[in-house]
Amino acid sequence: MNTALRKTVTPWLFTLPAIACILVILVFPVLSGVRLSFFEYAMRDFAVGRDPVFIGLDNFRILFGSANFRTSIQVTLVFVSSVVIFELLLGLVLALLMEGGIKGLRLFRTLFILPIMIAPVVVGLIWRFMYHPSFGILNYFLLRLGLEPIPWLHSTEWALRSVIIADIWQWTPFVFLILLAGLQGVSRDLIEAGIMDGCSYLQNLFFVKLPAIASIIAVAAILRLIDAFRSLVVIYVMTYGGPGVSTEVLSLHLYKTAFMAQRLGRASAIAVILLAILLLLSSVLVVRTLRAERK
Amino acid sequence: MTSKTRKQLLVGARYLAIIAGAVVVLFPIYLMITTSLKPRVAAFAIPPVWFFVPTVNSYVTVLFADNFLRFFFNSVQVALGATVGSVLIAALAAYGIVRFRFRGSRVFVAGTLVLKMIPEVILVIPVFLLWNTLGLINTRFGLVLVYIALNLAFNIWIIRAFMMEVPRELEQSAEIDGCSEFTIFSRIVLPLIAPGLSVAAIFTFRLAWNEFVLSLALTNRFTRTLPVAVSMYITDVGVQWGPITAIATVIALPAFIFTFLAARSLISGLTAGAVKG
Repeated sequence: MNTALRKTVTPWLFTLPAIACILVILVFPVLSGVRLSFFEYAMRDFAVGRDPVFIGLDNFRILFGSANFRTSIQVTLVFVSSVVIFELLLGLVLALLMEGGIKGLRLFRTLFILPIMIAPVVVGLIWRFMYHPSFGILNYFLLRLGLEPIPWLHSTEWALRSVIIADIWQWTPFVFLILLAGLQGVSRDLIEAGIMDGCSYLQNLFFVKLPAIASIIAVAAILRLIDAFRSLVVIYVMTYGGPGVSTEVLSLHLYKTAFMAQRLGRASAIAVILLAILLLLSSVLVVRTLRAERK
Repeated sequence: MTSKTRKQLLVGARYLAIIAGAVVVLFPIYLMITTSLKPRVAAFAIPPVWFFVPTVNSYVTVLFADNFLRFFFNSVQVALGATVGSVLIAALAAYGIVRFRFRGSRVFVAGTLVLKMIPEVILVIPVFLLWNTLGLINTRFGLVLVYIALNLAFNIWIIRAFMMEVPRELEQSAEIDGCSEFTIFSRIVLPLIAPGLSVAAIFTFRLAWNEFVLSLALTNRFTRTLPVAVSMYITDVGVQWGPITAIATVIALPAFIFTFLAARSLISGLTAGAVKG
């Protein structure tokens, strides 16, 4: 092979397997899913080999008219906003507590990774066990404290809160890790200067530290927003969306529409809506990262 | 109160808060492990039995039950296959991008970020249909392929960052010595970026080992993996918390191992892209 040809072909040989995988297994399916959202297609059509029928925007029209879908949107918004707000606040508090010269920091930091690494199925199971109405540990503690037991996963009033608590348990450590790394990057001089000028801890926090890590807080928020919109498995295991549809977040609604109601076209329409939300959120990240790469 | 005792009190309060946080984080995990080691009666006793003679009965039950071993080996095969495949393909791609200054690397950066956010649940319908057409449905290989693709973007991203640190002089001198591109890649660059490869490997293993939705939809009772198998226990056997927590502990085992052996790699992987810039 001549050298010039080799020079142009070799880079492609290295990148080709990755490009092929991404195109065939990610990009093509996502696009064909978008296409399917304009079709009427049931699992049974698929089973007997019937072709999808084009119905334009009917899937979307039906969705927006459906009470279950609107409830699901509402549940998702409550879930996502609650977990992100609590996780940011708690994560920030933990990061501030551990920042700077704490003995045993490494050990604590290591322990805090565990909930992030454990399989969502396992997290769902553990919490389901702890929430159990009769032999769950949480109600036992409540009784010992002289309080009324709570029907954690068994009342429409409490189920969503319980699911939110489990998510906060699992993902606060993630926010904590990012914010701790951010705080450790804040220049010592800046903080020392503040102390020299007689700033109190709170003044230092609000006028020096928080502004210095503002962009990292924003990234943590977006990463958590994206993941919270995607979250499905823990809820699937704990409540399967119930009681009723009180914990049926959008991704679970999608899954049930596809594999329980077996409406593949309509489920694809939900997928398109979910995808649009996630694209919007990740575009913020993309812009920010591209700006950083240019530097 | 002198300012010194005040300071000591503050430090004490700080430790107290951190320890309280650690207890909240660890308690559910502690409860899972101890329940899996309790004798059957103690597993649901209320008030809870805090002290007991640990037994591996639940593990023995699980080991001989149904198809636990089959599901376990499915999980091992799928996770290892996905890890090797994804890290290898990503390393090749990262090398191509870094060494040949691929045009459109900005497009690539944007692309990886977008690919990273695609949720499994969006892929599940189209991949289910596609795998049916291609005959990959209900096979472990089909599942491995999806996991390879799902983690590629992250892996390329991580490995690329490590590769950019390799001094170009090394590669250039190897080229002068007459090494082929592939030799330079496999003999010189790969050993130098081993820490990056291990971060990529751990995160791919974690995804393939833990993943639930795709495994649920794309496998059958012969090829399913552990997370799906354990979820079926909930409805089938209802309240067998001993065996359920035993399987859950087995599923969580790699997470424990990675956390204690490679905490630093995990933290760098989790915060990758968030802190820089």
